[in-house]
Order: sequence, then C-alpha cells, then structure tokens
Amino acid sequence: MLHAHPLNHGTTYRDRKRYLWLFSLLVPCLALVGPALYVWHSPSLLWLWIAPVFSYVAIPLLDALMGEDLSNPPEDAVPALETDSYYRYITYALVPILWLSFIVNVAFVGSHDLPWHGVLAVVISAGGTCGFGLNLGHELGHKKSNLERWLAKITLSLGFYGHFFTEHNRGHHKDVATPADPASSRMGESIYRFMFREIPGGFFRAWDLEADRLERCGRSVWSLDNEILQPALISAVLYGTLLAIFGMTLLPFLLLTAFWGAYQLTSANYIEHYGLLRQQRADGRYEHCQPHHSWNSNHLFSNWALFHLQRHSDHHAHPTRRYQSLRDFPDLPRLPNGYFGMYLLAYLPPLWFAVMNPRLIRLVNGDTRRINFEPAKRARLIRQYHLEQQPAAGEVCA
Amino acid sequence: MMRGYQCPDCGYVYDEQRGEPHEGYAAGTLWADLPESFTCPDCAVREKADFIELSEQPS
Ligand SMILES: [Zn+2]
Repeated sequence: MLHAHPLNHGTTYRDRKRYLWLFSLLVPCLALVGPALYVWHSPSLLWLWIAPVFSYVAIPLLDALMGEDLSNPPEDAVPALETDSYYRYITYALVPILWLSFIVNVAFVGSHDLPWHGVLAVVISAGGTCGFGLNLGHELGHKKSNLERWLAKITLSLGFYGHFFTEHNRGHHKDVATPADPASSRMGESIYRFMFREIPGGFFRAWDLEADRLERCGRSVWSLDNEILQPALISAVLYGTLLAIFGMTLLPFLLLTAFWGAYQLTSANYIEHYGLLRQQRADGRYEHCQPHHSWNSNHLFSNWALFHLQRHSDHHAHPTRRYQSLRDFPDLPRLPNGYFGMYLLAYLPPLWFAVMNPRLIRLVNGDTRRINFEPAKRARLIRQYHLEQQPAAGEVCA
Repeated sequence: MMRGYQCPDCGYVYDEQRGEPHEGYAAGTLWADLPESFTCPDCAVREKADFIELSEQPS
C-alpha cells in the first residue's frame, strides 16, 4: 500500500499532489537550462531569459488558467503525511540543485563576455535561485531536526542571507501583522518604501535576538555559536572563492544577484500581510496570529513550485506544520494571483494599491481598527476610501 | 518534583529536568524561573503565559 495513508475509518487517503511537489525541484532547475543551451546549443542571449520569462510570464499565466486548489488533506491523514520521509527528501534534494545552479550561473558570467542585458538575465535567474533558496530555507528552518536546521543555514548562505533563519522564526512570526514588525507591510506603503524598513529591520532584529540568546547561554556574540555568523562564514567562503577564481570584476554581479535574491523575500513579505492587523488585548499582548492575518493564494502551479508557501494563513497559525499538510480555510484573505504575479503588481505601486486596498477594506468591513496603516498615509487613505474614522491602535479615547 | 509544560500549538514540552540549553536555560531551570518573555523554541508563536502544565512527568 505504497503512498496511501490509512485513515481511522478504514479508508485510505491518497495525496494527489504527491508527485506534483517535484515542480518545486524542476522550476528552480530552469536557471541551469539557459547557460547550458548557450554553451552547448548556440550562443544566443535569448536562452538566458528562459528562467526569468518562466517565472514572471508563464507562472502568472498558468496560475490564471489553471486556477485554485481548495482541497485539504483530511485531518486524520496528517500525522502519516508529516512522517512520510518522501516529502522531506524532496526538500533535501533541492539543496545541491540550488548550489549547483548558483555556481554554474556565476561561472557562466565569469567566463563569457556578455552585454549588459545578458548579465541582467543571469542576475534575475541566479537571484531567483537565491529566492528559491530563501523559500527552501524557510521550509527547513521551521523544523526541529538538526539536519533540517543545518540544511536551512547552508541554503540561505547562497544569498548571504543566513540571518533569515533567526529573524523569521523568532522575529517575524512573533510580531507578524503588528506595527512593530518590519516584515509586515502597511496599507499605503509601497514596496519601495517597505524595503528600507524590511531589509535593515530584519537584520537588526535577528542580531538582537541572537545576542540575547547567546548572553543567556553565557557565550560571546562573536563566537561560532552565533547562528547568524555560522551561515555568514559559509557565504564568505563561497563568495571569496568565486571572486578568487573569476576576479574582482565579478563583485558587482554577485552583489546584484544577492540583492535580487533578498528582494524576492522582501516581495513575499510585502504581499503576505499587507495592511492586516492583529488586535491588542487588555493586557497589552497581541491576540495570537489567526488565519485572517495573512493573505493566501491557492493557485495550483505557483504552490507546487514553492512548497505551499502561499498557503500562508495556516503556516502562520501553525508554523511547524510541514508543507504537504498545509490547509485552506473558508473566508481567508485571498490574493487574485499567485506570488509571482502579485510581485509584478507590487512593483507597480499604483496598480497594487488599486487592486489591494479595496480588497483589504472589504476584508475588514471598513473597520480602520483592523488595518495596519502607513502612518503618513492614514488620513489620506481614510478620506480617499470614505472610511469611518476610528481611533488608531494605541490612541487614547477621552 | 520536576514538571513539564506544553505548548498548546505545536506540542513542544518544556521539561524542567532537561531545561532548554540552546535557548540558554540550563537543565534543572524551573518553569517559575523562566522570564515571561519565554517563547516556544519550536513554533515561536506561543509564550510562557500560553503554556499548559502537564499533570504528570512527560516520558
Ligand atoms: Zn510551540
């Protein structure tokens, strides 16, 4: 009875998505296809655009055409799904694929004389590899086993972003959908304003959390026990070796690639909690993160390519759930396309606001107390959308 | 007697006997001595006040 999970009431559950998760391996492989065709087939720059075009044109179209998946595994099948090691091996297998893809792309740029637009295509492809690495590091970094936690750090090293391992679990998950979270975007905040809050804010929150932990452990923050320095050292060795081989002229390319990788995470953070706000309880603590504090996308293809990351509501409500068991819920905040399509929208702020602000307002029934506003835009947004003025969170009512 | 306290979300158990050395709480650290800011080391979305005391010693 291979691949069937027995249920309590005598029937079995067959996971229809079991082999579709292989798309999470195959889509990142596209970054290898361009340089391979260029070297072995014909030196045409068009090949280098295969991965970028697939991500930003084909995936949004596939999401629009194939639609959404509302199915959930039955709850009594979940324990068997969680322990089925097949799903875990897929995540392990992606680690060497991403490392290979990154190194091949760097070596390709380092050994070919390309025009600027050829280099740009590789920056987007290899930066995308770092982005898929952040997604994989995210899935692995939430797990309890030492192996998975180390694989997370190794994967995040590719984009020089190892602090995400600390920042995401102990920082973002704790503060999500509150004004205190640099990784939750606010209504009226464009992605270009958000990135100046999110990128440094995430790094320093991670550093502070790790410094606190090491102090409690009685260790120095400048030691190998520092879980931010561990992956940073791997990154330093990787980047140092690549620069030693291909020369310092490769430095701008590496920096741009690492930036584009980090920007994929910024983009995901931007769309995942836009404007949503948890309520503060009488004792000053925030209510627990509920499913309606995250935007969700059930689009089939992009979920297969991203280990269900887009079923973000269940992930935040129960962060240790594995990707194969994440669920949809009725009446969740819904994005109109998958992440790749929504990123494009986010990069054009007027379009993003036009699509998302009305959705956000509908979702919270126009209740301004449930909206995380960009403070500078609050009054203007309330006028623009004819919202009823409610006291802002933290404002004292006389 | 050493006691255990469970995270209501993910099932993690703080066992006073084992402590949580990775988070800086040595074996034998009593629950009462953990700060209010103690956060579940596995899921990070439940804090000390949310934890449930286990009636018997966890195995
Ligand atoms: Zn927990």
